[in-house]
Amino acid sequence: MTMKKRLSVSTKVYLTFALIVIGALLLWGSNYWLESYGQRILKLIAVYGVLAVSYTFINGITGMFSLGHAGFVAVGAYVSALLTMSPMEKEMTFILEPLIWPLNSIQTDFLTATILGGIAAAIFAFAIGYPSLRLTGDYLAIVTLGFSEIIRLIALNTQNITNGALGLKGLTEYTNIWWAWGWLLITVVVIASLTNSSYGRALKAIRDDAIAAEAMGINVFKHRLLAFVVSGFFAGVGGSLYAHLLTTIDPRPTTIGIFLTFYLLIMIVLGGLGSITGALIGAGLFAILSEWLRIFESNITIGNFTIKGIPGMRMLIFSTLFVVTMLVWRRGIMGMEEITWDKLYNWLLRFKKKNTEETETEPKRGDTDE
Amino acid sequence: MSELRRDDYLLFLDHVTMQFGGLVAVDDFHNGVKPGELLGLIGPNGAGKTTVFNVITGIYTPTKGRVYFAGIDITGLRPHIITHLGIARTFQNIRLFQNMTVMENVLVSQHHALTNKDADRILKKHGMPAKRVGRFWFWKSILKSPGYNKLERRMVEEAEGLLERVGLLEVKNEKASSLPYGMQRKLEIARALATEPKLILLDEPAAGMNPQETEELMKFIVRIRDEFKVTVLLIEHDMKVVMGICERIIVLDYGKIISEGTAAEVSSDPKVIEAYLGEWENVS
Repeated sequence: MTMKKRLSVSTKVYLTFALIVIGALLLWGSNYWLESYGQRILKLIAVYGVLAVSYTFINGITGMFSLGHAGFVAVGAYVSALLTMSPMEKEMTFILEPLIWPLNSIQTDFLTATILGGIAAAIFAFAIGYPSLRLTGDYLAIVTLGFSEIIRLIALNTQNITNGALGLKGLTEYTNIWWAWGWLLITVVVIASLTNSSYGRALKAIRDDAIAAEAMGINVFKHRLLAFVVSGFFAGVGGSLYAHLLTTIDPRPTTIGIFLTFYLLIMIVLGGLGSITGALIGAGLFAILSEWLRIFESNITIGNFTIKGIPGMRMLIFSTLFVVTMLVWRRGIMGMEEITWDKLYNWLLRFKKKNTEETETEPKRGDTDE
Repeated sequence: MSELRRDDYLLFLDHVTMQFGGLVAVDDFHNGVKPGELLGLIGPNGAGKTTVFNVITGIYTPTKGRVYFAGIDITGLRPHIITHLGIARTFQNIRLFQNMTVMENVLVSQHHALTNKDADRILKKHGMPAKRVGRFWFWKSILKSPGYNKLERRMVEEAEGLLERVGLLEVKNEKASSLPYGMQRKLEIARALATEPKLILLDEPAAGMNPQETEELMKFIVRIRDEFKVTVLLIEHDMKVVMGICERIIVLDYGKIISEGTAAEVSSDPKVIEAYLGEWENVS
């Protein structure tokens, strides 16, 4: 194998810093370049990113097959929405039954509401994880799925807290580019930092072989619970951002129910289970494609022909694309790998080498497979 | 037979019986491992050897009897606590962390020293020094504090040192699953050593190896015992393998200890010959 060159730590810090600055400048520029529709997709990418990265921390890195993520998102969304609405708005929204005290008279800023939403979701994650994390595999999937549906049904039926089926409407659109991408940055930094620590190694060890991990002195249950709670916190934060982006939440399966969990599952599997950068790629692709494919639902005119748009067509195309992607990259786009500065650097070096020495053909390594 | 004294042993199984429904897998096991020795636990397939391991490491709680380790009653403690107290093990069918590198596999074993609070409490209760140095370790891991980085560097250095001593340093960045079989066996032993054990349990380490590889591995095990100052309990169903290296051998058949002594004593015991009959012919 060729020697892998490594960049120094300070170079990597500078590069990361430069990336963040460039990213921030681009986001700032998007205020001028993009109309509100484009900006909305940009925000959606970030919100999906927060949710997908937190989800992959459970499913990809710790290797627990949980289907309950939408439940945490719902908790975060409701808690934060109830905190940002003004008492006046609440009075107008809760027409069937008034909101209970003290929720009807308090109001906080968006940041506090988001953090409290995250904490509430983390508490729920603890409460759900404690009894169910002794299970693994498909059993855990069913139990977490059940719990998330319970949360949704509670939201549907507690008229004086969540406004039941009417949902919360007319929320202020607090989720701007900066909040969305700022929280995404925090989420990625925290989750990546944790993944690259001795905790992260323990979690990956549990994913690979829980019995061996326990024999190496790792308290498997405690670590699983920890991953669940951390992930729950960021899911709650994501829920808050999501609610204040849509400006409405209601307990339908399509908004905060099982559909959301499945969308997130598609993102992280597409990107590569166990990869944070993969989850980000998956979230970006999902957000862009699900919007862009809408063109197939409207009438398309080619020359004299007009193809009639079929509602729901985009999901069909999306599913086909998903299947094809999974056939090409069996373990998702990134597999379990991450995009790192070292890898980009080595890739660049190889690219340069290939251009200078045209005659020499080097065996190319596949991007994800061993 | 004279009465065995618990204090003479590092690990002692006091009349341990393990029963699964009607099946008695281990029947009144009353023996132990002395400090510093290399003890072989042998017996035909299905004799209950691995069950003994699983009782020691806390995977099973024995139906009857107690297990003592370094003066601590470890009966019924959870596996991760027992590992922290100083018993490490390998598995019959290799159980490495396949998607992680060789280095990471070893580093994982150092994590417990920082986080295993419950086990430290037990150590303290028995007047032994606690291992835990990672206070607020979780928050330090996220924030990558100077204290974290210092300790992380030390862990990496220690792991590199360990890998060098077992001859796996060159492959430290390879994925565990990509190693050849013999190296995977070695890595499993290295990973167990990284938990800083007093006693290491090896479950048929030579399984699936040819005679030459087996001999090499046995030399490796003796070297490990001497260099790392650990006590070794070795399971093997092929008697010939352990004959050369074990100072003492316990023979198990149908869950019962049928013989105990040096290799020469055991191999001339008629009860052992009977248990191994058939297999015995082509072994010797």
